[in-house]
Amino acid sequence: MGFDAIINWFGQIEYFQLLADEWPLYLSGLWTTLWLVAFSLFLGLFIAVPAGIMNNSQNWFVRFPAWAFIYFFRGTPLLIQLFLIYYGAGQFLANNEHPLALLLWPWFQEAWFCALLAFTLNTGAYTAEIVRGSINTMPSGEIEAAKAYGLSRYKIMSRIVLPSAFRRALPAYSNEVIFMLHGSALAGVVTIVDLTGAARIVNSRYYAPFEAFITAGLLYMLTTFVIVFLFKKWEARWHKHLKPLEV
Amino acid sequence: MLLDLQGYEGTILAGAWITLEVALLSLLLAVVLGMLGALAKLSSIAFIRWWATLYTTVIRGIPDLILMMLIFFGGQIFINEFNVTLNDWLNEYFAGQNPNHEWTSYLPDYVDVSPFFAGVVTIGFIFGAYMAETFRGAIIAVDKGQLEAARAYGMSSMMVFRRVMFPQMMRHALPGFGNNWLVLLKTTALVSIIGLEDMVKAAGDAGGSTQMPFTFYFVVALIFLVFTAISTSLLNLAEKKYAIVSR
Repeated sequence: MGFDAIINWFGQIEYFQLLADEWPLYLSGLWTTLWLVAFSLFLGLFIAVPAGIMNNSQNWFVRFPAWAFIYFFRGTPLLIQLFLIYYGAGQFLANNEHPLALLLWPWFQEAWFCALLAFTLNTGAYTAEIVRGSINTMPSGEIEAAKAYGLSRYKIMSRIVLPSAFRRALPAYSNEVIFMLHGSALAGVVTIVDLTGAARIVNSRYYAPFEAFITAGLLYMLTTFVIVFLFKKWEARWHKHLKPLEV
Repeated sequence: MLLDLQGYEGTILAGAWITLEVALLSLLLAVVLGMLGALAKLSSIAFIRWWATLYTTVIRGIPDLILMMLIFFGGQIFINEFNVTLNDWLNEYFAGQNPNHEWTSYLPDYVDVSPFFAGVVTIGFIFGAYMAETFRGAIIAVDKGQLEAARAYGMSSMMVFRRVMFPQMMRHALPGFGNNWLVLLKTTALVSIIGLEDMVKAAGDAGGSTQMPFTFYFVVALIFLVFTAISTSLLNLAEKKYAIVSR
């Protein structure tokens, strides 16, 4: 035992027996993780773009709410945000006869809804900061040119600023996607059977922490590499015009 | 009143102190590991470089929660099996030397890995990988010619590090170091999941018994914001200290 045990762990029949028995649980966990992350990222964009633009505004009344939102969600741990929503909602919504409370309470009792909401707000705040940063680094000549062409403020935003900002934001955004994938492991803490939840179940069933968590870790790592690879492809496509011409 | 803590102020503050302890101790470990990792990544020996790259890649590919659970649940088994093996081995050796040897436990047969220890080790280990990347970049950024010039003036390698390398390295490392610290601080919230009585756990217990979970988690969020704000201003001071002064 001891060191030999660690080295032999993956050679042992039991590990493969465990995998053979539990792979459906891991696969469904991986699936839950993937859709949870994908939906949060997608919904987060709808918060991030307006919040990022608002945070750049000259008007204090427009800027402040966006700033406060971004500051809170970037300055506090995701775990606290999740607990605030998952455990905290009951303080206001449980046993409350207000029609709005009656409408919302069933949703906030669902762990997946709370996780989705917390992740969406969190990634929304982080992505807003990325959006703000890449709008700020916009070459002012391009905006001046657009103004000189007589484009309206809306058209400048939608045709000139945002497409170029998205392109420049891509590397930072790929980091945010990885961050969200790893952050989503917290869903396993609030009863959701994501990849981490699956690992926790396997660990408690067999008392086999190495097998349980290393399997989940490898699946997370594999997913991370796939995401990094896809983003590299995407970047190459979007940045094609910046590449030196082939002779 | 939303922020009436009903006598739980002391518990939350004690928890906040534990959070701070975990954060600072893991930062210390992370800086040591990060420095070693950075030097290993810049090593001229391929074998050492390979291990350092494996370390940083694996850590950045796996969620911190999975690593923490692996170390907390698995570390216990690993240490105990290691100790038992070493005890067996030592006893067999001494029994071979002396037939009257009595079986003794040279190392404890059973060690309890505390959540505090597991938390500090895991977080230190994770952020060591991020620090390694930061420090590596900072070391590379220092002009080689300056180091050579310092050597040519007859400074010892210790003096070169202290007078030329370190002040310039700090300038390049500080922004990344600051970011890592802010993320580390928020990651400490996870130790509550493996049972440490930090402020997240304290808030959960207090929120449960007073039926006011939102209030307590919100207070914890505010404390995190205070920690972040203090860190940011200290980091700004440090950055000013190491900035290039142009006259």
